[in-house]
Amino acid sequence: MKRGKGMKFVGDSRINAESTSTVPKDYSEYPGRTEAFWPNFLLKEWLAGSVFLVGFLTLVLTHPSPLEGMADPTTAGYIPLPDWYFLFLYELLKYKYASQDFILLGVIVIPGLAFGALLLAPFLDNGPERRPNKRPIATSLMLLALVATIWLTYDSAGAVDWEARAEANKPIPASEVEIDTSDPGYAVYENSCMSCHGDDLTNGAAGPPLIGIEHTTEEIADISVNGIGDMPADVFQGTDEELQQLAEFITSVNEQAGE
Amino acid sequence: MLQKMYDWIDERIDITPIWRDIADHEVPEHVNPAHHFSAFVYCFGGLTFFVVVIQILSGMFLTMYYVPDIENAWKSVYYLQTQVAHGQIVRGMHHWGASVVIVMLLLHTLRVFFQGAYKKPRELNWMVGVLLFFVMLGLGFTGYLLPWDNKAYFATEVGLNIAGQVPLIGDWLITLLGGHPEIIGAQTLTRFFAIHVFFLPGALFALLAVHFILIRRQGISGPL
Ligand code: HEM
Repeated sequence: MKRGKGMKFVGDSRINAESTSTVPKDYSEYPGRTEAFWPNFLLKEWLAGSVFLVGFLTLVLTHPSPLEGMADPTTAGYIPLPDWYFLFLYELLKYKYASQDFILLGVIVIPGLAFGALLLAPFLDNGPERRPNKRPIATSLMLLALVATIWLTYDSAGAVDWEARAEANKPIPASEVEIDTSDPGYAVYENSCMSCHGDDLTNGAAGPPLIGIEHTTEEIADISVNGIGDMPADVFQGTDEELQQLAEFITSVNEQAGE
Repeated sequence: MLQKMYDWIDERIDITPIWRDIADHEVPEHVNPAHHFSAFVYCFGGLTFFVVVIQILSGMFLTMYYVPDIENAWKSVYYLQTQVAHGQIVRGMHHWGASVVIVMLLLHTLRVFFQGAYKKPRELNWMVGVLLFFVMLGLGFTGYLLPWDNKAYFATEVGLNIAGQVPLIGDWLITLLGGHPEIIGAQTLTRFFAIHVFFLPGALFALLAVHFILIRRQGISGPL
């Protein structure tokens, strides 16, 4: 800042009364083909940004964000799964020498060393050389860590049946469906179906939800007897009348949910 | 007219030096993809910031519908997703942005690492960067619980259990994050919400400011 006698200020402020120039500095004298960020470079940069944004929005529009059923701590047999960028840590803890008796290795020592080294990289790799091939230790350690992380992630994600997970955990607005437990069909449901499909038809240990299905009453009766997909045949045991009551009951719940 | 308005403001508060400080700097040839296409690797930091901005804006809109309590959290997300105009898109942007930002962050870190750009005099900015990475992971972890669906609930259970394995402070850590030593419930959700929406973004903004001020001070690292 300029100082000294003879400076003129705006009013009683400390703002200089002589107006400053708004013309950008000239960078043509700088080495190489340097250009000004404002406005020259920015005018090109926003184009790259737009291309990125279009790609991103395409992803968003073609892949609706997933939502599973409302959290229910009593859901039996649910296999927990963190977001993909935590899978490597999650998978690490499944290894014998990173869990149980060795849990400290898995939880503290290995991640601590890896992230500690990352944090302190400038001091561990403190020579003047910048080219990757001139600092083989740093480069190879990072490559090793990358390969290990990718492998752990791949191993963990590969074991997951994503489609079956999504199918078995569809979101159902629980409040909208009231199950009439006095319906004779409900008693049949309780005996034959509940152990797999849950006490409110929204899924249980083994079966998918029975709310939001598009089968007719006849098809439901048929599935109860003959099974479908992973569902075995003959889970229904009873008379034809009970079968009819069961199928009508499931259809009525679906009609109610569809309203 | 615009020039007059600008002059009127500039006379009073002298804003020219302010925006010049922010926007008027040189872009050297070796980072400019227009001259060397391989210089696109220098875009990753800027793209990370771009996604961070997307996250902040979409997140702000999400809080207009989201209710952080265990009775209504899931229902509010379900409502947003199925009933609200464009709610699906806003939630989608926040959901996918959370993943894309991690990818960009990784690419940016690898660019800086393999170019050795963290060497003297940029050691401090590298460490600020690693802290930024941790903050982003923390945002991912806390945000994952907020929809309060089964996926969220059980992943958080596992995450808190892992935190509980930390020697000495494990139990204390669980209570701090989850609000209760055993139950993952109402307290956990409100805490994760507070951490996700207030604490970590506060840390994020502070670290980002330091990150960018340091970059402007030191300039971008020279060509290899
Ligand atoms: C929210 C996260 C981050 C944002 C928005 C961000 C943004 C930026 C931007 C815009 C630059 C200018 C150069 C470029 O774009 O490549 C930069 C440089 C830099 N960043 Fe980041 N960054 C973030 C995280 C990180 C992380 C995780 C690290 C390292 C672990 C890091 C280390 C650095 C360093 C050392 C520089 C100076 C590089 C040079 O001068 O060549 N930053 N960052």
